[in-house]
Amino acid sequence: MGKWTRRAFIGAGVAAGGALVVGIAVRPGNPVDQLSPLVAKGEGEKLINAWVKIDAENIVTAIVPHVEMGQGIFTSLAQMLADELDADWSKVRILEAPADAKYSSSHIGREFLAPNLEVPEILEPTVSGSFLSLATAMTLQITGGSFSIRGTGQRAMRTAGAAAREMLVAAAAEKWKVPAAELRTENSMVIHDKSSKSEPFANFAEAAAEQNLPAKPTLKSPKDYKLMGKTIARTDIPAKSDGSAIFGIDADLPDMKYAAVKAAPVVGATVESMDASVAKNMPGVLQILNMGDFVAVVADGYWQAEQALATIETRYSKTEGDTLDQDALFARYATMLDEAGDSEGDVETENGDVTNAFANAATKIEAEYKVPFLAHATMEPMNCTAWVRDGKCDVWSGTQSPLMARKTAAEVSGIDYDNVTYHNAFLGGGFGRRSEMDVIIMATRIAKATQYPVKMIWSREEDTTQDHYRPSATSRFQGGLDENGKAVSWSNIHTHLFDPQEAPTVPYYKIANHKIRKIDVPTHLRFGPWRSVDHSQHGYFIESFVDEMAHAAGKDGYAFRRELLAGSPRHLKVLDKVAEMSGWDQPLPAGHGRGIAFVPSFGTIVAEVAEVDMTGAKLKVKTVYVAADPGFAVNPDGFAAQMESSIAFGLTAALYGEISIKNGAVQQSNFHDYPILRINEMPDVKVEIINGDHKKLGGAGEPGLPPLAPAVTNAIFAATGKRVRELPLSKAQFT
Amino acid sequence: MIKLNVNGQIKEVDVDPATPILWVVRENLKMTGTKFGCGVALCGACTVHVDGQPVRSCSTPVSEADGKAITTIEGLADQDGTFTKVQQAWVDEQVAQCGYCQSGQIMSATALLKKNPNPSDDQIDAAMAGNICRCGTYVRIRKAIKAAAGLSSETQEA
Repeated sequence: MGKWTRRAFIGAGVAAGGALVVGIAVRPGNPVDQLSPLVAKGEGEKLINAWVKIDAENIVTAIVPHVEMGQGIFTSLAQMLADELDADWSKVRILEAPADAKYSSSHIGREFLAPNLEVPEILEPTVSGSFLSLATAMTLQITGGSFSIRGTGQRAMRTAGAAAREMLVAAAAEKWKVPAAELRTENSMVIHDKSSKSEPFANFAEAAAEQNLPAKPTLKSPKDYKLMGKTIARTDIPAKSDGSAIFGIDADLPDMKYAAVKAAPVVGATVESMDASVAKNMPGVLQILNMGDFVAVVADGYWQAEQALATIETRYSKTEGDTLDQDALFARYATMLDEAGDSEGDVETENGDVTNAFANAATKIEAEYKVPFLAHATMEPMNCTAWVRDGKCDVWSGTQSPLMARKTAAEVSGIDYDNVTYHNAFLGGGFGRRSEMDVIIMATRIAKATQYPVKMIWSREEDTTQDHYRPSATSRFQGGLDENGKAVSWSNIHTHLFDPQEAPTVPYYKIANHKIRKIDVPTHLRFGPWRSVDHSQHGYFIESFVDEMAHAAGKDGYAFRRELLAGSPRHLKVLDKVAEMSGWDQPLPAGHGRGIAFVPSFGTIVAEVAEVDMTGAKLKVKTVYVAADPGFAVNPDGFAAQMESSIAFGLTAALYGEISIKNGAVQQSNFHDYPILRINEMPDVKVEIINGDHKKLGGAGEPGLPPLAPAVTNAIFAATGKRVRELPLSKAQFT
Repeated sequence: MIKLNVNGQIKEVDVDPATPILWVVRENLKMTGTKFGCGVALCGACTVHVDGQPVRSCSTPVSEADGKAITTIEGLADQDGTFTKVQQAWVDEQVAQCGYCQSGQIMSATALLKKNPNPSDDQIDAAMAGNICRCGTYVRIRKAIKAAAGLSSETQEA
């Protein structure tokens, strides 16, 4: 990853040495004199609105407005841009866009973006209509919702690459005095075959920047892709293999100090009193701060800060949440679901007459499922470094939302937004956790109090107890089958704590009568997006119940789903593929079982088969087969890696994941009581990708997760006849 | 002052001898490749070698490294940056995702192959079970260790 330098951008998008910068900076209406004062401000970070630049050495730099948290997005987005540009991949570099609203503003959207673009619901609160959705999302620089490739990549990176290519060709045509149609591009060269002329892009960069930006550059069709669809090595992996990759926690400043923090264990409580008499005399301790909702110890070293913090005795205020226990919360869910009965609650979708269809069904099935709260447990604990001084504020962290981090730091520090610089680094895991602004707020508050740079690091215990959790939930189903075992009614009511909400609906399953309702259950706890968001719960609920219906119908789970997916060829293809991969019809030894699950989410259709061995003392998930149709996989190995990752993440949750509440506070604290899957528990993972629609792409980071838990529990049922209706499996002594 | 041998270089640091090695290398020596994950030796992100043995640096006082050689992730590759067999296998198998745990994974894998140049699958799992990867790169870690083991007659460590 490069750094922003003054040399990178000069004038109207034309860099020193005749570089071409494509972006709104070269467009009328974005005069350079307006941008220059901004460019001149940040330290070592100059901001400009641009997606690609080409320097005098013919190096193409793709500027990506998303963050790298392990999903390989830097490489994939650069692949998309470079392919349309016909760039020589060995000469492509990648730069993370700076956190500034002027970057990738809605101008790009107005110019380039097709209307009716689907933006994941997670981003909707930031938008006012689909046309501006993407632009606004890009301005906010949110990385989430498995959105980067299908949104930014498909619409912006490719377009920027294609536009740059057309501008270079136009400039070459002028210089060589030949028709542009006679020119072609390859490996960062413009070529005129008739005259055997060929010159590097760099030679035309300056003249190209003077060309009009094409409003609708022509994008390649898949047969012409050279980089898209190919497995290309990720550019960030070498630095992650020798310790040189810089994460948020690695921020380093002269005279920087370290803060250890402890927040009130119950959300909403405040520090009533604290006794820091021991801590204040401990070595290295500089300041002890009662911040109201948390206590911070600032010291010369982090370990010193932690040691001192541990000696502080704190009393917290009483809150309404103090009495809440996990069992009581589940009981509250049950009561509210009981009270909702057959008709109350918010109707999410309704079709046909469920009441009548269920009443007349030949076979009736009912089931209730429960899942607990989950923490994100990123390997890099939450942290943030801030420096507030002399009317300036600088903040360093790894966030999924850099622009929001900058805005937040400005609000909290009281410093003018233009004088706030946010520096993003690699994220040591995101999974939704790093879309929250809590650490940015806390570190900025501490730095405001100290006036010197402070790196705040959460202990693992803070990270576990102060998360924004995946909500726990209870979901109840009623299903009806006719005398032929055909599904005729589907009724579902579930608790609901956190937006967004799309997962409970099952439009892909053809069931004539269905009704899905939710009830809101207020609690004092904090929630946030957790990898695959509400699909993580509803994928398990829905695919468990479908399996129960199949069993009640006397049908095989695969065959039953085939019936439900009749008329949806893309869906069927994915389901058939996973059955074929797993040898679905082949017999297994006694005590072994296969389970199948099917969940389309984030634009990608995924089916999984888990094979379990129940003969040992502990459940063993041997192999997970994944068939997925993301439309088109830009980097197939990168896509497969995200499936593998989702299996591990989903299996951790299915086997062990449980955050529980006692007296209003989270009970778990570290990896001994919030275990993460380890290598000896990792199944083999086989992935097959189907490119089903190259125009409308799906996501990669999340859709592999939702089918995992039900595939495993359905496999347990196949092997043992025991239906698992509550996660994690550790509760049922399977682990 | 405590005198340390880190990656073959002698460093003097003015710290409390009880300070864990992790914070000394990260904060005093500014070598940030070694990561903080849990603070209680449960996750392996902080793994370094002390006299060739993998240790959890978050829970090992720097005084225990007195007179011994500490190797961190930064000390594996050659001076010219050439990766060790294990590091190269990590790149070839495209192991890392977020990458945060990978320094620790590589240090554990390096120690394993030094002790056992041709580990079985079970031996790999056993040796690596102390290193958590939240991104779930385990399938590739297994592949990378096997790939490195295939070349293990020349596997070496700085």
